[in-house]
Amino acid sequence: MRARVLVRLKPSILDAQGVTVKRALAGLGFSEVQDVRVGKVVDVELDGLGPDEARRRVDEMCARLLCNPVIETFTVELLTDTR
Amino acid sequence: MNFGVVIFPGTWSDCDFHYVIGEVLHQPVRYVWHRDANLADFDCLILPGGFSYGDYLRAGAVAGRSPVVEALPEFTARGGLVLGSCNGFQILCEARLLPGALMRNECLQYRCQSTYLLVENPETSFTRAMRPGQVLKMPISHGEGKYHADAETLRRLWAKNQIVFRYCTEDGRVAKEANPNGSLDNIAGIINEEGTVLGLMPHPERAAEAAVGGTDGTLILHSILGTLVEDGSFLKR
Repeated sequence: MRARVLVRLKPSILDAQGVTVKRALAGLGFSEVQDVRVGKVVDVELDGLGPDEARRRVDEMCARLLCNPVIETFTVELLTDTR
Repeated sequence: MNFGVVIFPGTWSDCDFHYVIGEVLHQPVRYVWHRDANLADFDCLILPGGFSYGDYLRAGAVAGRSPVVEALPEFTARGGLVLGSCNGFQILCEARLLPGALMRNECLQYRCQSTYLLVENPETSFTRAMRPGQVLKMPISHGEGKYHADAETLRRLWAKNQIVFRYCTEDGRVAKEANPNGSLDNIAGIINEEGTVLGLMPHPERAAEAAVGGTDGTLILHSILGTLVEDGSFLKR
């Protein structure tokens, strides 16, 4: 089982990286770009857990380490093993 | 008074703190490895600057869950003081021992420069050697020092006098041009509600001798020393 954790800055937080990337895209001629937010993906391989248990464990991993709730939010997606 | 300087993989200011405490303050000081959770011998622990665990995931995130950090609440409950500078401040926020978070500098540049700090609260265990409104000169060296907290947390920090240092101009004005990283309200250092844990982005250990540009950093260490001596709990250890 593989879980894909998507960690994003909260919408209320200024994303300085996103602003810079947006500016760079505009410089490349992508004038249609309205906003850019940069997040991170954490893929976690899990062994021997059913989907419900896997989700519960990964939620716990997010709460304890992967995500900082002061500035970030997360979503967890369980992936079927297609690699 | 026994000081401990904590080392994580990637810490870089450990030697500077060790030198200043041992050679400038003439106090007993030992290194503490991050896996060591036995803090019984210490009165004050320093979390120095650096790039613990390469800043992987978030600055201070991995170190914030290490055995030594998890032992800190018990350490402070029995009278110990904890000072975190730079990466140490980031670690304390990640461990939720201090409120808020430190984010990428608004300018996106790594800033290595001298800063001026306004002493907002001289009545803590870490600042009692300072005067109200005193301006200190201390260097910063970081890429992720922009202090952030939500509105409610910020209100509480102000209400309880937990904002200890703010970036200011040389003459003590808290102004935008004196803010090197975009920190909320120019915040450079805060203390926990109990007054036992102080975190700041600047480097007091790099402002400890006149030969290297100033001694204002020693005011923090002298304050700690004064507190510990007066408290006397070291006698019962």
